[in-house]
Amino acid sequence: MIELKDVRKSFGSLEVLKGVSLTVQKGEVLSVIGGSGSGKSTMLMCINGLEPIQGGQILVDGTDVHARGTDLNKLRQKIGIVFQQWNAFPHLTVLENVMLAPRKVLGKSKREAEEIAVRQLTHVGLGEKLKVYPSKLSGGQQQRMAIARALAMQPDYMLFDEVTSALDPQLVGEVLDTLKMLSEEGMTMILVTHEIRFARDVSDRVAFFHKGLIHEIGTPEQVIGNPQKPETIEFLKSVL
Amino acid sequence: MFETSLTWNDVLFLLQGAGTTLSITFWAVLGGTALGMLFGLIRASAPWWLNLPVGFVLDILRSVPLLIQFVLANSFKSILKLNVSAFTVGCVVLALYTAAYCAEIVRGGILAVPPTTRRAARSLGMTYTQDLTNIVFPIALRVALPSWIGLTLGVMKDTALVLWIGIVELLRSSQIIVTRIQEPLFVLSIAGLIYFLMSFPIARLGARLEKRWREND
Repeated sequence: MIELKDVRKSFGSLEVLKGVSLTVQKGEVLSVIGGSGSGKSTMLMCINGLEPIQGGQILVDGTDVHARGTDLNKLRQKIGIVFQQWNAFPHLTVLENVMLAPRKVLGKSKREAEEIAVRQLTHVGLGEKLKVYPSKLSGGQQQRMAIARALAMQPDYMLFDEVTSALDPQLVGEVLDTLKMLSEEGMTMILVTHEIRFARDVSDRVAFFHKGLIHEIGTPEQVIGNPQKPETIEFLKSVL
Repeated sequence: MFETSLTWNDVLFLLQGAGTTLSITFWAVLGGTALGMLFGLIRASAPWWLNLPVGFVLDILRSVPLLIQFVLANSFKSILKLNVSAFTVGCVVLALYTAAYCAEIVRGGILAVPPTTRRAARSLGMTYTQDLTNIVFPIALRVALPSWIGLTLGVMKDTALVLWIGIVELLRSSQIIVTRIQEPLFVLSIAGLIYFLMSFPIARLGARLEKRWREND
């Protein structure tokens, strides 16, 4: 379970999260929608400790992420994250990209790591591209590789930060299909996205972020189908 | 018909000098690269209180002519009555000089690694050190290699300056022969050819690595 309690986060004098509280249960898919700069992506960075917070508390399975003495490297093993920029390791092949963390972080043998990597890459449809370098892949393929790379750590939670925003329109579909597959397999996911229709389709709950706060949260039918707050209605009108 | 009084013994003498040149180059580049990586890492990521003084010292090493550094270091050695050979002094001075330049090359390479790539590595649970050794250094190496090869070739030629502290390397040995047989153009041409033969394989190796890596990028 991921719990955010009144989380505050600032960059200098700019307050990006102004007291966000949220609970994500095991097996749940939560989509986070909202305008640029509303704090959605920042929240993901805070959840796995890539960004410090200035107030409140984030608990992952009861572990306080930002407490002194929390082993972040250990914690991150169970929280996978995929970014807008796919961030392939350019000097490694697709297979090596996915094998690296299981080998170095989990201490798996080369054979074990390779087995895991091949399984995950096949799962996202890249079984034919194992020996290829990332530069030879399309954006959509690189993004799927990034997903496989995160999955290879066998995380309990997956965070997706606008993973289709940097893709050409014709490549968005293949990545969304991969996300959908994961949600159907029961992966706990927090999905920051601009794909409203997709969010409506796969989510258990949708949260609308506005100016560093959650303005509305509920089932997709409630938030997207029948929004109550004027800001939500305004936003949905502008993107749909 | 071309005649010369250059004997086989002279050629051997030249090759001996070339051996000294190579060996000083080797130690200077080895030590300079190791130190340069450390200093480069400090320059790229250490807090200001470490970064500033290190940067200041490296600036001095890069700004003072190498010749002056050799002569000063050798004099200090005598004043302090240190029991080290001129060869060692030459290697150490040149290694520090190399380190100063190498640090900037390494720093540039490290800063060329996108922060988002490093963030992705950390998000997989890799430690700072694992990120450095598995992600940052390999990517930085590809960026830095051409400049590093250039530096190595430069250092090989800079070794000629150690003749001022009494080491007989390739240039000095050719001077000695010139003084005796009075055929400067011929002897210096041979010395030049030997320098070229020593540099060429290094340059080729660099070009080959670069090409191989480019094919993957």
